[in-house]
Amino acid sequence: MKAAVIVFPGSNCDRDAICALRDHTTPDVYRVWHRDTSLPKVDLVFIPGGFSYGDYLRSGAVAARSPIMSAIKDHAERGGLVAGICNGFQVLTEARLLPGALMRNAGLKFVCKSVDLVVENTQTPFSSAYEGQPATTIPVAHHDGNFFADDQVLDRMEGEGQVVFRYVQNPNGSARNIAGIINDKGNVLGMMPHPERAVDPLTGETGGLPFFESLAGAFS
Amino acid sequence: MRAVVYVRPRGGVLDPQGQAVVSALKHLDFPEVLDARQGKIIELVLEDGDATKAKERVTQMCEQLLANTVIEDYQVKIEA
Repeated sequence: MKAAVIVFPGSNCDRDAICALRDHTTPDVYRVWHRDTSLPKVDLVFIPGGFSYGDYLRSGAVAARSPIMSAIKDHAERGGLVAGICNGFQVLTEARLLPGALMRNAGLKFVCKSVDLVVENTQTPFSSAYEGQPATTIPVAHHDGNFFADDQVLDRMEGEGQVVFRYVQNPNGSARNIAGIINDKGNVLGMMPHPERAVDPLTGETGGLPFFESLAGAFS
Repeated sequence: MRAVVYVRPRGGVLDPQGQAVVSALKHLDFPEVLDARQGKIIELVLEDGDATKAKERVTQMCEQLLANTVIEDYQVKIEA
């Protein structure tokens, strides 16, 4: 199993993502600059959190049109795994690799705290290790995490098990308490909480560990 | 030639910033304000040319980048 972490100007969770992936998923992690036009041969593309392009225009909007994105779209079309965390989730919706959009938090405030989550679907390569432990705690840190999609789209997503993580207490006004979703093919996931910040007891909590173990398991 | 692009939250999409503007205006004693929608204006300076063609091109820019049509509506005006 090999993974690539994409770095945009303004990404700031790329190093945490690389450490978490190396420690818990695979030793083979590449860092890929957004201006590159091709990916190394990898199984997983990880789009980390941060403030790509200073959140100019809309969060994730400019990054979603970066040169590397067409290689990521090809990778996703071939069935390769793609995970987008926080700003990465915003990038994936802007690139239309995931449905919906992430709007300004309903409370208008930047929310930075640990949140309790329900794992709604453990039948994905990103969440299988949560099997048998339906609740977890992972930190969020965002200003634009208010997930929106039309009711029709939300109904379809719910029906097909595309809601993977849901907030126990909604921190940002997200439709139906949605914290993380997967595409209909089941290979592209986006979530606002940061599992890479919750993998080591030294820094407080380990609710994100099963996320990385799931990915390791997906290729073992 | 100039193009002005107006981008607004789509009808039916909650606009927390617009809501905050309404509440601040009420607080400043403007009770007549019933609603506010906050959007953005993007002014583009274009090479001179055919206005119809320019409008088509700017519409493509809106679809591809300037607006997110999941949550936003846009309107394009071409100025000579």
